[in-house]
Amino acid sequence: MAIPAPALRAETAHRPSAFARFLDSDLFASFRRSKLAMAAFAATLLLFAVAVLAPWISAQNPYDPAQLDLINANLPPIWEAEGQAPFWLGTDDQGRDVLSAVFYGMRLSLVVGVLGVLVSSSIGITLGLIAGYAGGMVDTAIMRIADVQLTFPAILIALIVDGVAKAALGGHLDTDATLALIVVAIGLSFWVQYARTVRGSVMVEKNKDYVQAGRLIGLSAPVILVRHILPNVTGPVFVIATINLALAIITEATLSFLGTGLPETMPSLGTLIRTGNRFLFSGEWWIVAFPGLALAGLVLAINLLGDWLRDALNPKLQ
Amino acid sequence: MLAFILRRALQSVGVMLAVGLIAFAMFRFAGDPVNQLVAPDTPYAERLQIRESLGLDDPVLVQFARYAGNAVRGQFGNSYQFRQPVSTLLGERMPATLELALCATLFALSFGILMGVYSALHRDSVFAKVLQAVSLIGVSLPTFLIGILLIFLFSVTLGWLPSYGRGDTVRLGFWTTGFLTESGLRALILPSITLGLFQMTLIMRLVRAEMLEVLRTDYIRFARARGLTTRAIHFGHALKNTLVPVITVAGLQLGSIIAFSIITETVFQWPGMGLLFVQAVQNVDVPIMAAYLLLVALIFVSINLAVDLLYTVVDPRLRAVRRPA
Amino acid sequence: MSTHRVKTRSRIASLAALALGLSLGAAPALAANTFRFAFQGDIKSLDPYTLKETFTIAAHGAVFESLITRDKDLKFAPGLAESWEMPEPTRYRFHLRKNVKFHDGSPFTADDVIFSAERVRAPGSNFQTNVPADATFVKVDDHTVDMVLKTPNPIAHFQFGGWYIMSKTWAEKHDALKPTPAAATTPSYAALNANGTGPFVITEHQPGVRTVFKKNPNYWGKVESNLDEAVFTTIGNDATRVAALLSGEVDWIEPVPLQDQNRVNGNPGTQVISSPELRTIFLGMDQSSEELRGSNVKGKNPFKDVRVREAFYRAIDEDAIVKRVMRGQAAASALLIAPPLFPLAGEFKRPAYDPNRAKALLAEAGYPNGFEVPMDCPNDRYVNDEAICQAITSMLARVGVKVALNAQPKAKYFAKILKPNYDTSFYLLGWTPSSQDSHNILYEIAGCRNDKASPRGTTNLGNYCNPKVDEIADKVERETDQEARNVLIKQGYDIIQADWGYIPLHQQALAWGVSKKVKVAPRADNQLMLYWVSKEP
Repeated sequence: MAIPAPALRAETAHRPSAFARFLDSDLFASFRRSKLAMAAFAATLLLFAVAVLAPWISAQNPYDPAQLDLINANLPPIWEAEGQAPFWLGTDDQGRDVLSAVFYGMRLSLVVGVLGVLVSSSIGITLGLIAGYAGGMVDTAIMRIADVQLTFPAILIALIVDGVAKAALGGHLDTDATLALIVVAIGLSFWVQYARTVRGSVMVEKNKDYVQAGRLIGLSAPVILVRHILPNVTGPVFVIATINLALAIITEATLSFLGTGLPETMPSLGTLIRTGNRFLFSGEWWIVAFPGLALAGLVLAINLLGDWLRDALNPKLQ
Repeated sequence: MLAFILRRALQSVGVMLAVGLIAFAMFRFAGDPVNQLVAPDTPYAERLQIRESLGLDDPVLVQFARYAGNAVRGQFGNSYQFRQPVSTLLGERMPATLELALCATLFALSFGILMGVYSALHRDSVFAKVLQAVSLIGVSLPTFLIGILLIFLFSVTLGWLPSYGRGDTVRLGFWTTGFLTESGLRALILPSITLGLFQMTLIMRLVRAEMLEVLRTDYIRFARARGLTTRAIHFGHALKNTLVPVITVAGLQLGSIIAFSIITETVFQWPGMGLLFVQAVQNVDVPIMAAYLLLVALIFVSINLAVDLLYTVVDPRLRAVRRPA
Repeated sequence: MSTHRVKTRSRIASLAALALGLSLGAAPALAANTFRFAFQGDIKSLDPYTLKETFTIAAHGAVFESLITRDKDLKFAPGLAESWEMPEPTRYRFHLRKNVKFHDGSPFTADDVIFSAERVRAPGSNFQTNVPADATFVKVDDHTVDMVLKTPNPIAHFQFGGWYIMSKTWAEKHDALKPTPAAATTPSYAALNANGTGPFVITEHQPGVRTVFKKNPNYWGKVESNLDEAVFTTIGNDATRVAALLSGEVDWIEPVPLQDQNRVNGNPGTQVISSPELRTIFLGMDQSSEELRGSNVKGKNPFKDVRVREAFYRAIDEDAIVKRVMRGQAAASALLIAPPLFPLAGEFKRPAYDPNRAKALLAEAGYPNGFEVPMDCPNDRYVNDEAICQAITSMLARVGVKVALNAQPKAKYFAKILKPNYDTSFYLLGWTPSSQDSHNILYEIAGCRNDKASPRGTTNLGNYCNPKVDEIADKVERETDQEARNVLIKQGYDIIQADWGYIPLHQQALAWGVSKKVKVAPRADNQLMLYWVSKEP
């Protein structure tokens, strides 16, 4: 209601057409056919919402030490005899609410994942555009680097980036720096696929008439690349991004599990699993079980969505 | 043909040089090496002397040449944590990692092929659908979570299998093996499953897809028309034809199995190179990190090269395609 | 079942031997009585002067011997010195055992004692305070050594139990004359090989993985243990370590995580052996830097203000830590020393937990909104160390102090905070006086660090300094009357408490997980001595 009329009109004038186009598309049709895709989409949406809303729906802020009280330590989930509200899924040894920690951990995992995907896709798209458009030596150099990198698993690259940065920066990093480091490590591990895909498309597109025409009327290379070629590769890039989001989340969790990721005072899902692992024997299963379930659910939902998206956008399979 | 082999070999050398440069940069610039060698209260003059004796004042290119020369001879310097030559440490830990990688690959291949064949032949059965779903979950669960789950189930709850280490090992010359003792073999089971699970699902999907494709081809139809038994068709013809790509993939994956053993070894406290590497990252032990990087690169490059060469021998089409390139 | 297993195993082994045409060295090991033990950390170095760390020292104790040793009740007992006496107040005479041989076959003589006395006090040694700095060692004959002191000192030999004797000829042969410093990264022969006189010989040492001890067939004395072999493994992961004990893969583990003690006791073949330990866990504050490192307070050091130190003390709810984090397996402490080591300990009470008072004190000192301070904490050294630090972070947060916790593996943690770096503003440390006596606390933990040449205050990481404590420490060292001495010590502790110089937390309980097949001798200093371990074969 508070939206000014012209803006609203612009919105409504623009939106139906795009929306209608989407509803009409093959993509949407295939989406409506696949119950699994719809379920995965709903789950992903729900988990994203939980992550975004974490500060408002959590019983406590698990990153604020002042809110943790030892009196509440090691409580079981609410359905067991000693369970206590508002700690629905119990607490850990510091009195940290497991449900809140899972919400915040999910938020952290998604932030790292999304930022990691943004960094890797920007690097990959840029290098792919340059390699495809410039060709020659530049192309060879970039693609050789990509070949080398592709032979190394992402987790190894991320570990090495992490180790080198720690060595160079003198051992101890605060949490923000650690977070940034993990994002960069993930970004540097996953750019190759984007670069290869974009380069391939550019090679095809650049000889087409409209690009030649653009060049004739004096458009500069960057303008042509960004305005005319890039839109044609958004589909495949989006598929890669979805699948990579799941991989990035796993990579962060693994780094944290190996003890080189986020610290115990600012736990991500991986850190929660690492610390909760200590309580496997003592019967305090909820400390590790719920973060583990959350991580598995998150990755599975995104993977299913990515799987479906890949099949839906791949004309060969239709 | 010869030109192609030469080109690939040269490229491999180039890759190794590039990785070597990264390793050298880590070694040389990540933290002052002198600081790592001396006590913090060493006087400045003595530090300068050590600097000189280490050749840290030479041109960077000379230093790199020296580093590369040493690396080729297997000298990677001393670990900061263990005060031992890195090559000794890696040599001690390599058998553990290689034996684990071998078992994981065997597990992935045998179960992956079996399950793949089954789900291709009985495409619409409930069990095949279950297998498909399980494989997707297998891909989605992080390796470390699978390891923890297995430990919880088979070590903690049931008490059937050991949860850590290699068990008793037997030393055969420079090699230590867990294959010759019962505890060594039992210790291999859970880590091999953890490490091989991802590859297993990959192989299963691949076998299934390849089988389905082959079963549709004319010559299988022809074989059927000739009245061969289903069994002979499935295993004598269809499976045989799917195996070439499967084995190629498995070979290529061997490298990443070795790299992924980092996680499995950490979960199971498996005394291999991966655990050594993780501890090195945690303790900023640069010489180990650099050497491990080089070693893994070498393994990858060798496998890739071998696969490339085998392909050219086996598949004449590739020779024809690649020669003009 | 078990015979079947052995059979299969030997069948596999013989098959393999046949196939490979090799005779397996492992075959006779089946009959050997092997004790397997696992610790969360590593045996840090085989050089007995590198690191004063309980587990490492205990492991050295199986291989090396000291002149004077301590029995199961920590009372003095003859070691490599058959007897000793004080012919005059400044002279100790040690009569060395004859016919003792090092593992390499060389005989043990007075020269080895003199060499070890120099080496243990050389730069880089972590055991400099074990032998008085002013003592000179004089050889009387091959089996008699005098220790000559500048001033009378009745407790000069109190820390000899941790001073192991090394072979001079061996050290010369292997270029190991200087001690291996904990921070060193260059290879050192002595750090990877051990040559002592003790009842066990190290036959294999793979740092970070395993160490194998074998019975010394040429040992001079009688050994209580019936072991032929002991295999040590590092198992860092808590759950894995417990699983290894429960399944019988190992016979002894330390520590048993507090949360798993019920499970270990509930298992028919295993038990937890738990008794209060002599180690005191405490917090220290940097009270000498002009500006507090890593703090948002610039130009001054809040810890120099006694009110801030009191506020920290009162903000920490030690009872909650004992009850929740330690699950009752610890005793809150008012002193830096464990009660069994000081008869008057009962006269001290921990000042009460009072967060409101803490807030008021901080406001009075000029920090109504608190301040930021980094904290150094190990995460693999003491029982639940990181969890304690996290709990303290929470408690201080509630009075407004923002603690940036830096929890690290002990190797990095010790390198950062110990001499010579002293790079810490606020830290958690555990300490057992190696002399089992308060003088060590007053001298090494609470002594002023101002004289660089003196080892006084070596482990006073925050340099809490009150000259009166130093005076008392010197008197305590000379005082021979036990009652007068205790009164003096009490005065020292009173001053430290009035200064709020340290924040003692608790004595943790010692928790070993032990297989019921094994007999061990838990000692209050938490050292596992292999020569007292027996196992049903």
